[in-house]
Amino acid sequence: MTTLLTLTILFAQGCTMLAMLFCAIRLLLGPSAQDRVLALDTLWMCGMILALVMGIRFANDVYFEMALLIALTGFVSSIALAKFLTRGEIIE
Amino acid sequence: MSRWLPSPILSAALLIMWLLLNQSLSPGQLLIGALLAIAAPILSRPLRPFTVVVKKPMVMLRLAGWSLKEIIRSSFNVSRIILFTRHEHLNSQFIRIPLDLRDPYGLAVLSCIINSTPGTVWVEIMPDSNDLALHVFDLHDANWWVEMIKTRYEQPLIEIFEQGNP
Amino acid sequence: MSVVNIDLPLWLAVPFVLLLLLGSLIILIGALGLLRLPSFYQRVHGPAITITLGTGCVLLASMLYFSGLETRLVLHELLISAFLLLTAPVTSMMIMRASVYRDLRAGRIIRESDASESYRFPGSNDE
Repeated sequence: MTTLLTLTILFAQGCTMLAMLFCAIRLLLGPSAQDRVLALDTLWMCGMILALVMGIRFANDVYFEMALLIALTGFVSSIALAKFLTRGEIIE
Repeated sequence: MSRWLPSPILSAALLIMWLLLNQSLSPGQLLIGALLAIAAPILSRPLRPFTVVVKKPMVMLRLAGWSLKEIIRSSFNVSRIILFTRHEHLNSQFIRIPLDLRDPYGLAVLSCIINSTPGTVWVEIMPDSNDLALHVFDLHDANWWVEMIKTRYEQPLIEIFEQGNP
Repeated sequence: MSVVNIDLPLWLAVPFVLLLLLGSLIILIGALGLLRLPSFYQRVHGPAITITLGTGCVLLASMLYFSGLETRLVLHELLISAFLLLTAPVTSMMIMRASVYRDLRAGRIIRESDASESYRFPGSNDE
């Protein structure tokens, strides 16, 4: 039983890291600027999920706060970048 | 009552947020949470354009249930398309949906629901009319989308938000 | 760096494993969509499933896991899901609008005032 749980957690961690790799490839490759912003936003989200899975793996509550902070900063940065792309300036 | 608790729902949400964040029900945390829940709405009242009166909780619950079901269904739809459909055959289109909803809070909730549903992204309200521009991942029938959004989402939102000011 | 030895009761372990597997597969599929779909307006829809269903599944699994581990109800993952429910739509809408406005300025798409579709790509209306 414990082996199955461990394998599942490791599988989830591997999947999330692979997803982060895909996002990073799109971030480097992306033909347009909005592609890069989209990839960066998804990368933030995958990082948050990775923090959650790490919290499950090490049975530690601290990772939850880390995930919450990543979600907060990711939201602000994505909004700022998208706003910059729309108008060319962040604060009007 | 209305002077010290201008919006009870917001206060309750703040209190619950504080208790969840601290993961305790001790009297001290309850007190700090209650302070936050009373002070924050009063201090931020000048920032809120106008208060919203929410009626019909049953309609709201039904709307939430339907949109949850729709989110899960279209998630599996989108993942099936990504995995198994030839991407050249994909028909991604912008469509236009005429809206009757005028209330800004109602429009905000509608945009949240539509953007949370995978496969549809809200673009904007067209500048010259009250039409909604929407991008659909794999379009088969534009009329089905118009019908679905108007009856399933817009009708309950009009019932919830636009009762007082017809 | 080893995994903590865990013992969940069976009735918690089964939904935990299923949710975590489903969530990680959905996350992977969303990122695959971001990587493989041909144009930006299709790539927008790939990460949407990562953010909604993938994150939702992992958060539910985490709630189940910590509830079983500490033998009390752990609900603070609800904060992240509420936060994402409020912010993820705003992010995707802002990115979409940025792209549409940029393409409008560059003339890659055209805004139509009286048609069943609101924007179109020039050249796609000829066939």
